[in-house]
Amino acid sequence: MLETFSTAWYSLPSYARSTVWIVIITVSLIICVALLTLWERKVIGWMQLRKGPNRVAIFGLFPGLGQPFADVVKLLMKEIIRPANANRFLFRIAPAIALIPAFMTWAVVPLSPELVVADVNAGLLFVLALTSVSVYGVIVAGWASNSKYAFLGAMRSAAQIVAYEIAMGFALVGVLMAAGSLNLGDIVRAQSGGPLSWYWFWLFPLLVVYFISGVAETNRAPFDVAEGESEIVAGFHVEYSGIGFALFFLAEYANMILISALASVFFLGGWLSPFEGYLPAGNPVTDWLMAPSFFWLGVKIFVFLFFFLWFRATFPRYRYDQIMRLGWKALIPVTLVWIAVEGVMVYFKVGPWAAAG
Amino acid sequence: MLVQILFWAFAAVLVGSALGVILTRNPVHSALSLVLCFVTSAAIWLLIEAEFLAVVLVLVYVGAVMVLFLFVVMMLDINTEELRSGFTRYAWLGWLTAGVVIAEIVGVVMARSLGVDVTKGAEPLPADYSNTTELGAALFTQYAYPFELAAVLLLVAIVAAIALTMRKRPGHKVQDVAKQVAVRPQDRIRIVKMDPEKGA
Repeated sequence: MLETFSTAWYSLPSYARSTVWIVIITVSLIICVALLTLWERKVIGWMQLRKGPNRVAIFGLFPGLGQPFADVVKLLMKEIIRPANANRFLFRIAPAIALIPAFMTWAVVPLSPELVVADVNAGLLFVLALTSVSVYGVIVAGWASNSKYAFLGAMRSAAQIVAYEIAMGFALVGVLMAAGSLNLGDIVRAQSGGPLSWYWFWLFPLLVVYFISGVAETNRAPFDVAEGESEIVAGFHVEYSGIGFALFFLAEYANMILISALASVFFLGGWLSPFEGYLPAGNPVTDWLMAPSFFWLGVKIFVFLFFFLWFRATFPRYRYDQIMRLGWKALIPVTLVWIAVEGVMVYFKVGPWAAAG
Repeated sequence: MLVQILFWAFAAVLVGSALGVILTRNPVHSALSLVLCFVTSAAIWLLIEAEFLAVVLVLVYVGAVMVLFLFVVMMLDINTEELRSGFTRYAWLGWLTAGVVIAEIVGVVMARSLGVDVTKGAEPLPADYSNTTELGAALFTQYAYPFELAAVLLLVAIVAAIALTMRKRPGHKVQDVAKQVAVRPQDRIRIVKMDPEKGA
């Protein structure tokens, strides 16, 4: 049975297999987003000594687990309101523009040693290009809403994303120098050899810069001035209701998962196991623990996602000029200095470059 | 065959959005059409296996330049009447530019008569060929000096732009972050110790 399935699977043309994987990844991402919203509310609740959502149960089990699905139904049922004098076409298309790059980037993310939808050479550049395109959803939504609050949110977000993209790009230049490849699978493979040969150790400042810029790019707290509910209500999506709002929400959370996945791939060895070479081989349990698999990438993504939620529960929001100051005057100089340090390390063949010869 | 269908589809979108840039009345719509233009051009470049240039076009022009462009266009209150007032006066310049561009396109098409077959297209490259590696090798060996020169030129432009716009305006309120960071509680708060009052 399993054999016939596997032969049938490999007899399919490659585009058909890719399509199947695209469908699987998209659907599981959407489910992950739903569960992530619940996890966020639970975690923040526990941090604030509350219980979080605990009423909607599925089949009477797991109180709270049904909450995100109930929310989806609620949002789908709500009336969609288009403000007077809003630009009809752009107002409708903006949520889609926000959503598409967040899902498209998954095409080049290596999920396990064998599984990547598109194994392209310039994967890292593709990632950078798509994260820079995602700002259009916010700008177009803010402008097309014909609302001053939405417009202010869009302007703030545009300046912020353009500023943090530079720091993010420089952090990835460091990864590129270390791995010597733009292909994400090759970047992971270059890190094999246990947790100390992952890049977080040699490129720690770049990991910190990358993750901070990632939080800023997704407009999450403490960089959420684009939404800033105490100042400009809800920012760029203030005029969206029902499913339009839900799509922006989906894009934001999908971007969070994406940034976590990319940070794991670039700095924490992606699907490589943290026990690689540290446990005795030869017994099935330790062999499984030491083998690279999707499980380890999932664990790393989960850890980064928890950081996102932790930040939101603990840090107060940055003021706008402080955000700009942090981006231009703190993060970018740090990356520049570390790229220079890395250049010296490459020249004298220290650390990960020792073996490369 | 598939490549041809894709090419014609992207070319049609490209021409449509290019027309949109010059024909729409709203400057924001023009800028967004230009974004669509860049994205479809990148797709066409992908078809001729120039993936590095295609991705960089999206990264630089769509991701950075056009964002700032939109930023400015949305903030400005553009008076289209005033802009159109000089239309006939400057029309000759427009015709001249259009003529030069058309002549260039005809020149490229006519290159066939010089013995270059432009219609055949390039040979498909082997699967392990990396556009990025080739470009990098060329830029840092053969063209190292022009490359460095261009970089310095851009740096000078950045410094010049900042020098032109940086000025101290009188009465302009701005936070001095160094001062804010250096604040100490004892400079601002005076803790007074006093005996509790006794009832009279």
